[in-house]
Amino acid sequence: MITALVVMIFLAVLLGLVLGYSAIKFKVDGDPMVERIDAILPQTQCGQCGYPGCKPYATAIAKGEADINQCPPGGDAGAKALAELMGMEYKPVNEEHGIQKPKSVAFIDESTCIGCTLCIQACPVDAILGAAKQMHTIIASECTGCELCLPPCPVDCITMEPVLENSESWKWKYPIYHIQKAQKA
Amino acid sequence: MENRSPYIVNAPSVSIIMLKVLLALIPGIALYVLVFGLGVIINILLASLTVILTESVILALRKLPIKPFILDGSGLVTAWLLALSIPSIAPWWIIVLGTLLCIIFGKHLYGGLGYNLFNPAMVGYAILLISFPSIMTHWQIPTNLMANHINWLDQISIIFNSNVFPKETLDAMSSATPLDYIKTQLTLHQPLNMIQQDKIFGFIGGRGLELINLGYLAGGLYLLKEKIISWHLPVAFLSTLFLTALIFHIAAPDTYASPLFHIMSGGSILCAFFIITDPVSAPTTPKGKIYFAAGIALLVFIIRIFGGYPEGIAFAVLLFNICVPLIDSLTQPRVFGHK
Amino acid sequence: MQLKNIFKFNGGVHPDENKIISTRLPIAKLAIPKKLVLPLRQHVGHVAKVKVKPGDQVLKGQIIAEADGNISAAIHAPTSGKILKISEEVLPHPSGLPDFCIIIEPDFKDTWIEKKPIAWKKLDKTQLIEALSQSGIVGLGGAVFPSHMKLKTNQNQTINTLVINAAECEPFITCDDMLMRERADEIIQGSLIAQTILGAEKCVVGIEDNKIEAYEALKKAAQKTLVEIKVVPTLYPSGDAKRLIFLLMGIEVPKEKRSVDLGIQVFNVATVAAIYRYLEFGEPSISRIVTITGAVKTPQNYEVLFGTPLSELIKTAGGSLNKQKKFIMGGPMMGFDLPSIDVPVTKAMNCVIESSPELFPAPKPVMPCIRCARCADACPVNLQPQELYWFSKSSQLEKAREYNLFDCIECGCCTYVCPSNIPLVQFYRYAKSEIIAQDKSKEAANTARERNEFRLARIEREKKERAERHAQKALGAQDKQAEEEKKSTIAAAMERVKQNQQENIKN
Repeated sequence: MITALVVMIFLAVLLGLVLGYSAIKFKVDGDPMVERIDAILPQTQCGQCGYPGCKPYATAIAKGEADINQCPPGGDAGAKALAELMGMEYKPVNEEHGIQKPKSVAFIDESTCIGCTLCIQACPVDAILGAAKQMHTIIASECTGCELCLPPCPVDCITMEPVLENSESWKWKYPIYHIQKAQKA
Repeated sequence: MENRSPYIVNAPSVSIIMLKVLLALIPGIALYVLVFGLGVIINILLASLTVILTESVILALRKLPIKPFILDGSGLVTAWLLALSIPSIAPWWIIVLGTLLCIIFGKHLYGGLGYNLFNPAMVGYAILLISFPSIMTHWQIPTNLMANHINWLDQISIIFNSNVFPKETLDAMSSATPLDYIKTQLTLHQPLNMIQQDKIFGFIGGRGLELINLGYLAGGLYLLKEKIISWHLPVAFLSTLFLTALIFHIAAPDTYASPLFHIMSGGSILCAFFIITDPVSAPTTPKGKIYFAAGIALLVFIIRIFGGYPEGIAFAVLLFNICVPLIDSLTQPRVFGHK
Repeated sequence: MQLKNIFKFNGGVHPDENKIISTRLPIAKLAIPKKLVLPLRQHVGHVAKVKVKPGDQVLKGQIIAEADGNISAAIHAPTSGKILKISEEVLPHPSGLPDFCIIIEPDFKDTWIEKKPIAWKKLDKTQLIEALSQSGIVGLGGAVFPSHMKLKTNQNQTINTLVINAAECEPFITCDDMLMRERADEIIQGSLIAQTILGAEKCVVGIEDNKIEAYEALKKAAQKTLVEIKVVPTLYPSGDAKRLIFLLMGIEVPKEKRSVDLGIQVFNVATVAAIYRYLEFGEPSISRIVTITGAVKTPQNYEVLFGTPLSELIKTAGGSLNKQKKFIMGGPMMGFDLPSIDVPVTKAMNCVIESSPELFPAPKPVMPCIRCARCADACPVNLQPQELYWFSKSSQLEKAREYNLFDCIECGCCTYVCPSNIPLVQFYRYAKSEIIAQDKSKEAANTARERNEFRLARIEREKKERAERHAQKALGAQDKQAEEEKKSTIAAAMERVKQNQQENIKN
């Protein structure tokens, strides 16, 4: 009886020490989950998810406050990746948050632009150049296609131009074949 | 526009590969008929018919094209292997049921050709063995050893209706396999060399059975020559079985049969060249094939000696089928330019 | 022809060679066409910068677009004539997408610009590389990498072996074979130049044992030199640079490394010949040998000016100009369907094959993979194509990368031997370009994240600064008040003093 008790107490103390030591030794700083979720999100910063940007949305997912299917730019592929990371069931993107569109970049019609700088303030990635009373231009390579510059424009001079495939961005397509012609019918 | 290079191919089709496997089985089957009579042919015909009908129905239900998947011949290979694995005088419904099990549970439930995790023939065999142990372990005595010789017509009628003959006749026709016999006799504390005096033993293995195994061996060598199977599987299987049996045999020759006996009896040869060489359920890497075959051989030996069943091929194969993805991922060969 | 000291790589296949049909006739010169279409992107690297404008008269050999930076190549006018326009045209590329081209209308005088041969024997390495950067010469084996860049080595690299790739392992293609037969001297001279520039101790030519005439010609040309002609067995894909290096020297170029890191540089025979012609005669890269073969009436090799519409070549070879017919660029193992017969001949175009159902039957119905691993046996890189297929098919791209998808050289051996007729290489191409695109968008997302974080930090900083300014102002206002209070107290005190004094006076 006594021996058993001693053994149990000894074991408890030992294991407690090991656990305590490893908690200090392998302490993880910050919340890596937020970082990992954020890495999957497309960084459009469009706010369609209902959060002010990708990072806040990532934080909300990590806390369990937001669902994984609220990001239309990330698309179904993004939702799939998030589902895998979170160990959740995959769901297609919720259309309430917007429909999935091919990647576009904003384009300013420079003849209409009045130089009001409203779009510059709206751009989440500082991809619009210009100053008050000066015509504005979008740095196409930095534009994430978030469309946040569209609503503030008082003269509606910004349009979204889909990014077309050129010989550099061209991709091989998924092969399509048939087991037998019968399967086509 | 299509970009389908390479524009040229030079490969035997799946049908040709399967056809060659069937062809390679023929010497074994011929010797089977010579030793045991025509019963096995009936079983093969029944199995083939069942396979074609069942697969057609399943493919139609799955809305898949029927013709290419029947013509690929993989179903027939499964059916023939099962027919060769069961006793030749088993009632007709055994082979029909077994084939159904193979095709449904072994193959199509996993997605059909190319997707089955387990060797379909062994799935069917294992279920039959567990469900009908008595029928599955009563093998026919070679025709020339039978007390009162029966002709092939009698054999056929036994398959279709076992009630036409009195029970005594049936008992006289069948016996345990040599592996089974040794196992039961050993529990009666008989020395091995006494046990092997029984009429069912031949030169090395079972009387008659050893001849059939030679037939399978010839077929297997043909498959090797035609590059249908790779040498890794049969070589690793047979050598492991031989070595293990040899060690035990040297240690205690009175209890453990000779290594050649292990190779020439039961389904060892059929297993080495035809069963574990099913590409779908075997590993793909050269090293993986060796581990897989050696593992099966070890397990076969363990089951034969220490297990509850006289023959362990089906269970060993199925158990190792589960390990295939693991074996494959652990035995990836070195890629050109990698360390 | 002896096979000595050859190291064999895993796998490889032996497709029907079909080379004899296009080697019966010598190399012919194709006439100057009515129009030349010169794409600005004919090489790996930066697009060439246009130096002419529509209406300009140009002479043969004149630079019309210059190299933009180091990894780029100049484009020269293949003949004299007028610049018509600069426009987007369909290119010989599997995408079939148009890109910018300079269009020249030849004047059929074929007047050379003043040729400036370079005294290469007297110049040093840097000067030669500098000279070659103007030559427009790129790897003519199909990789089209600017050649002067391959001759440039940095301090910590020493090249000890120069390998000249004369394997030409793809079926049907014979342009290198014919070049070797007819211009072996140029090849050997070019090899010696390249060897000198690289400072390599050895120069080895690797040639497949099915090109006996070419071998004899090279052997003769190399008689008084130290260039070694080494025969390798005919086995596709022995012409792949890393495979050829292994065949010749038994050295495996490690993954993610290039052969130069091991002191080995590889050039194609046609490339070294072009280097020789540029230095010796001052002729820049304006034409190449193209094999036209397959179902055409007279398969043959032609020396074709770059920019010549393919239809001209087809017409000369007696091919079908019926638009229904298909033409393949490159060989049958790695080539692709040309989007149109009007595409121009480019620096990369080594061979054009007219397809026919007899030569290249329609693909057979595809069956599921039975994991027979014939593809793994045939893979010259020792990959497991069946696993890569599984991952690519299910778009498990990370897994495909893990199984070394990017080591795949897309040689097509796996598809060639597949009993289930699965277009394996197409799956790998898809997976590769999908992964590359994903990596790019990941990078773009990272930049966007950084820019967004920077912006947020900026806004935060501005807010803080504003708040500070406010605080400062508020503090200032307080001070004033206090001062005024002080002042008023003083004033009040003084008032009282005054009052007291007055009262005192009154009293």
